[in-house]
Amino acid sequence: MRLISVFVAALTVAATPAEAVIRVDINSGIAQPLPIAVPAFATPAAASTGAGNTTALGAQVAQVIAADLGSSGLFRPLDPAAYTTTVTMADTTAPQYAAWRTVAAQALVTGSVTANPDGGITVACYAFDVFAGQPLDQKGFTTTAANWRRAAHKCADLVYSRLTGEGGYFDSRIVYVSETGPKTKRLKMLAIMDQDGAGHRFLTNGQNLVLTPRFAPNQQTITYMSFANNRPRVWVYTIGTGQQQAVGDFPNMSFAPRFSPDGSNLVFSMAVGGNTDVYRLNIASRALTRLTTGPGIDTAPSYSPDGSRIVFESDRGGTQQIYTMAADGSGQTRISFGEGRYATPVWSPRGDLVAFTKLGGGQFRIGVMRPDGGGERLLTNSYQDEGPTWSPNGRVVLFFRTLAGRAGTVDLYSVDLSGQNERKLKTPRDGSDPAWSPLLP
Amino acid sequence: MRSPILNIGLAAALIATAACSGKKKKDLPPLPPQQSTPAGPTGPDSGGAAGGQSDSAVGTSNLPGSQSDFVAQSGSDRVLFGYDSYELDDEARAILGKQAEWLARYGQVKITIEGHTDERGTREYNLALGDRRANAAKNFLAAQGVGAARIATISYGKERPEAEGSDEAAYAKNRRAVTVILSGAR
Repeated sequence: MRLISVFVAALTVAATPAEAVIRVDINSGIAQPLPIAVPAFATPAAASTGAGNTTALGAQVAQVIAADLGSSGLFRPLDPAAYTTTVTMADTTAPQYAAWRTVAAQALVTGSVTANPDGGITVACYAFDVFAGQPLDQKGFTTTAANWRRAAHKCADLVYSRLTGEGGYFDSRIVYVSETGPKTKRLKMLAIMDQDGAGHRFLTNGQNLVLTPRFAPNQQTITYMSFANNRPRVWVYTIGTGQQQAVGDFPNMSFAPRFSPDGSNLVFSMAVGGNTDVYRLNIASRALTRLTTGPGIDTAPSYSPDGSRIVFESDRGGTQQIYTMAADGSGQTRISFGEGRYATPVWSPRGDLVAFTKLGGGQFRIGVMRPDGGGERLLTNSYQDEGPTWSPNGRVVLFFRTLAGRAGTVDLYSVDLSGQNERKLKTPRDGSDPAWSPLLP
Repeated sequence: MRSPILNIGLAAALIATAACSGKKKKDLPPLPPQQSTPAGPTGPDSGGAAGGQSDSAVGTSNLPGSQSDFVAQSGSDRVLFGYDSYELDDEARAILGKQAEWLARYGQVKITIEGHTDERGTREYNLALGDRRANAAKNFLAAQGVGAARIATISYGKERPEAEGSDEAAYAKNRRAVTVILSGAR
């Protein structure tokens, strides 16, 4: 479903004075998260929609926005119980700044939910600098009533983006492997959910072992590995139809798939007689191109966002290390040179960094480095942190953490690029192999 | 896999029956494993056999050409590997050598070799490492004369551990290539 952005004409944003406006420095981490108030959104007229009354929706939208902003670690949503005022329709565009100053809110998000004649809703979203007494940004989102959470995420993205100067990431989804059962007979199924855990649903039933789901750039298709019929192969899942299809009847195990940024190719590994190399499959023509040769294990390929390069791991030098190459396989160059082993490289959607798993000293850790191998930083430290994936804005890394022991407990975690704000995601069962979608349209 | 175990009474009874049937001695099923033929009740009140039946435990034996016979004759259905290694050590070669002998005897049998790893590696790499291990075992068997067409391989990476723990003993058990009879067994 498509959200239509409309400008809300009710307010004209004054030219922003450079000196007054608050700004969240995203690089300094969460030492001082910005106090922000997100009171219940107003409604011009209480009306029922397919997703409930607009008054109730107004409160729910505000809760989703506050939760989004709080989860970033950069904002501290204030407790609504402390608010000294409620927001009327008039207040949404002309807030009572003094009342918000008394609760020490530095930023304020207001808005409204309006039922439209076609059964849909319009969510208006306004952001203010409380102490400067100035509007910051505004936007309206028109969508179906059932889609109200996405409108809330869009509003949160607007606020995040305006105050940090970075793109947002809240209106996005996560596909991952839901796990349950004993370690020796783990049941694994594909599952998808909104970035904040809402809208969770299973895509497969656990009949076949499935691994490493990854989104296509259009977010409607997922490539993954399935052991269906005891033939471990790369498959594609179409979310709308639920259709599952092997991408080719290759004679050998194919695995570790990812889409190219334009969606026209898949890169994955194929193991032939004990030798694993990286291949590219053109989806339209079915042409298969071998990109690496040689006897090592070459796997976990990931495209740069412009599609011109591929980062992958190889043990050709003796241990797992990270390499880059042109998309045609030329110019293979090792970029990781620190102590230990490096695995599962994933190119940031911003293009500036590669996230990876680092093995060493009995720990598996998530780290980042530049595509030239410089600037290595480790973000986490645990028995087994593995498999990073990037938020759409390249500011947050999601991964899975396996605990030592017989239970094999494994969960999804996120961490800010600063290495702070580590958070465990709530999932119905255990979770592994996450992949973060691009921003939804 | 079907259960190839033949339940029998006393081992002695089996041998007697087999002898009566006139089978050659080399075709006799092997004796049941030691632990499955306990020495009978040991408690003071266990009493004697009632109604002419023995209270001795019922042991099991292996049918020639069966999966359990394969395991018994080869010493093991699996070989183990060192950390991040797919090299076959002497013990592994000895086991695979016996597996090859058995497979030479039962030429209709087809097998799948499953490659596995411990949990101390990343998922994708471990799939490739499991594939290396399965193929190392396959290549050894092929070099011993087992037709490559009879040998399929599959890697499960770290997805199907045998031991659940997160310690070296568990890791060692999980770094394995297991020969599973796919078809042709009795």
